Amino acid sequence: MNPNKKRLRRTMMFLNAQKPGLIKDPYIYKPDSIMLDLEDAVAENQKDAARFSLYHALQTIDYRGCEKVVRINGLETAFWREDVRCAVAGGCDSIRIPKTESAQDVKTVEEVIIQSEKEFGREPGSVLIMAAIESARGVMRALDICESSERLFGIALSGGDYTKDLQTRITGTGIELMGARQNMVIAARAAGVQCFDTVYTDMNDMAGFQQDVETIHLMGFDGKSIINPRQINTVHKIFTPSEKEVIFAEKVVREIDEKKAQGIGVFTVDGKMIDIAFYDGAKRTIELAKASGTYKGGLLDD
Amino acid sequence: MINAVGRDIPEEILEKTGKEVFQGVHHFDGYTYRKHGPLTQAVINSDGSKLVAGIHDVLVKCGIKDGMTVSFHHHFREGDYVVNMVMEEIHKMGIRDITICASSLGKAHDPIVPYIEDGTISNIYSSGVRGKIGEAISHGKLKGLAVMQSHGGRVRSLVTGERQIDIAFIGAPTCDDYGNCRGIGGNSNCGVLSYAIADSLHADKVVAITDCLVPFPNFPAHISMTRVDYVVEVDAIGDPKKIATGAAKPTTDQRKLMMADYCTEFVVNSPYFKDGFSYQTGVGGASIASTISLAKEMKERNVHMRFGVGGLTKPMCDLLINNQVDCLLDTQDFDLDAVESVKDLRHFRISAGQYADPFNKGAVVNKLDFVILAALEVDEKFNCNVVVGSDGVITGAQGGHPDTAAGAKCAIVITPLLQGRIPAICTEVTTVTTPGESVDVVITDYGIAINPKRTDLIEAMKDVDLPFKTIEELREIAQSITGEPERVKFEDRVVGVIESRDGTIMDVVRQIKPFEFSEE
Repeated sequence: MNPNKKRLRRTMMFLNAQKPGLIKDPYIYKPDSIMLDLEDAVAENQKDAARFSLYHALQTIDYRGCEKVVRINGLETAFWREDVRCAVAGGCDSIRIPKTESAQDVKTVEEVIIQSEKEFGREPGSVLIMAAIESARGVMRALDICESSERLFGIALSGGDYTKDLQTRITGTGIELMGARQNMVIAARAAGVQCFDTVYTDMNDMAGFQQDVETIHLMGFDGKSIINPRQINTVHKIFTPSEKEVIFAEKVVREIDEKKAQGIGVFTVDGKMIDIAFYDGAKRTIELAKASGTYKGGLLDD
Repeated sequence: MINAVGRDIPEEILEKTGKEVFQGVHHFDGYTYRKHGPLTQAVINSDGSKLVAGIHDVLVKCGIKDGMTVSFHHHFREGDYVVNMVMEEIHKMGIRDITICASSLGKAHDPIVPYIEDGTISNIYSSGVRGKIGEAISHGKLKGLAVMQSHGGRVRSLVTGERQIDIAFIGAPTCDDYGNCRGIGGNSNCGVLSYAIADSLHADKVVAITDCLVPFPNFPAHISMTRVDYVVEVDAIGDPKKIATGAAKPTTDQRKLMMADYCTEFVVNSPYFKDGFSYQTGVGGASIASTISLAKEMKERNVHMRFGVGGLTKPMCDLLINNQVDCLLDTQDFDLDAVESVKDLRHFRISAGQYADPFNKGAVVNKLDFVILAALEVDEKFNCNVVVGSDGVITGAQGGHPDTAAGAKCAIVITPLLQGRIPAICTEVTTVTTPGESVDVVITDYGIAINPKRTDLIEAMKDVDLPFKTIEELREIAQSITGEPERVKFEDRVVGVIESRDGTIMDVVRQIKPFEFSEE
């Protein structure tokens, strides 16, 4: 398996691939991933120029550990094949497929990725895929899409198009997204891939944004698409385990290891009843803290 | 001769100016001297009037002649009409070889460039210049020298008599017929007249120019009638729209906000952030944003500021309104909120001398805990350049930069790592204006460097979660992105002098050489 498949992706920042000022150094804001957009942000007659800028940015700029995702144009357009070639040739880490409606969509793109990896001498399997789901049909087929390819690391909800398809609108309350969010996160977990939430577009409502991120965090999402670096810290704070949570998780892991050896199944840590069911969750908390760079302890070191 | 910041100052310039090379920020501590007093003409008769019909007449009354020094203040900033109207009249009278001694000059003064070219003006003393004057100087159009002085250094040069003003022209928003001037009121309301105080004390002739004549007495006077020889009423002394505008909208540029957050995080974790601390900041987007984020932290941590100094803007005045600071010490008002705040009894006007003169018996800058500054370039020795652009053309002002950096316990410079494609953190600045020994911290969008001599600050920040790097690392990152830029080429001729606040020479500025691509 590509070791990057499970990497930390709390924030994925949209950047117009055609705007040098945006793509020259987004890493200073420390998003986990950047998403260089060839699709909606780029005008129809500028697709070629955007690809040119994308290729040279990928070739020239050291993005210092940020994952480089490229959003290609939709499969119904004439652009997407060349988008994939260009992104793979430039050295992207992943391709984001917009408007994914079926497992076949993923397989279709994967074919071109395989050819491009060969064509440009990239290691086979090095380019990952994520699928954006933007329609009712896509939501209903979420599990199929999640299980479509070994390269697929996750799915993302695209709220704007999805709510149009649902014949409603973005309300800011999240009520219109409830079903899609729930369905997608369950599908992703069932398939063992990641799940990302849609953007929050009101930059002046940071309180609303925080509320939104807290909600999707509790729902089980792995991260959120963002449109402005101002949103990064809020997401990272919510998605990074607190010191208290990490200390508790450490105790749980240690106690379970110890008690297991003694043949004890149920016991208490800090007054809370703990059994083996807590083991994976506690380990995940430590892994997340580690990936976020906040974990100073030595548990789970390989 | 090589000075303390490693700059080679040509012997001919030392001879021509009678100055010494810079020998360190504290070299003149304890220096004793007798102050210079102006020529004063007594006014005993009560039937005389100080009102004179116009600029021409007042120049005649003051005995204007070739080679004289005339002075101006810059409280009207880019809205100033006074410099242009006086210089136009001097030019019409055929006077030559004038030395302008201004607290600062800006783009508003582009119209005097022809007088530089035709020899009406032959020397300029100023905090800095921008626009066409800067280009004219850098292209060798000024016959003599352009000497860039800090705000404190300018006052020092007047108090010691090193620089003597023949006629000071003081634009006064309000004035009575006997010369009592106030910065408040009228059309050109600029709040304070701090930079003109020294001129009124040390110039031989003092002329108040106003567009708002008020009945005597215009009290409390910011500049007293006892120092003013003549009063001239004109139609307009400035463009109010360019003097003080509505407060700038706080920046939404995430890069600046991030640097401001780094700055605040640094300030609150430093040993000087405690009840009773003092603080000054500038007017750049990141500086203003850091005042706003600092106010929030002060509230959360229940820490109170004793005094703030400025160059004031709305966020500083908000601290006063919200009782987060005991008082403000004001040298200049950048927006209408600051002008309005002058009425507050806890808002004190101070002169440029009180603010920053290194040769008085102790200036306000010496009592500063923090100053937040900007810079065009910072080099590996923490030397800053705030006057000469990376293209070699003079385009900025020393202002209070070297004064506050020297005085404050913690001088923080905020600059983006790259200014366009040019690294702001470089191996060697184009021109040294503030010596690295005064600069403690440099904050960029790529990381923060503490001056290695500040081992105390390095220790204090040991467990603080900020992206600390060495200045060399920052320089390397910058160059890894842009490459090492070719150095700007200069001719031999020296056109400008960067005067240190103590009057010695920090650096020289040479005439720019047109750029040519190298053969290879």
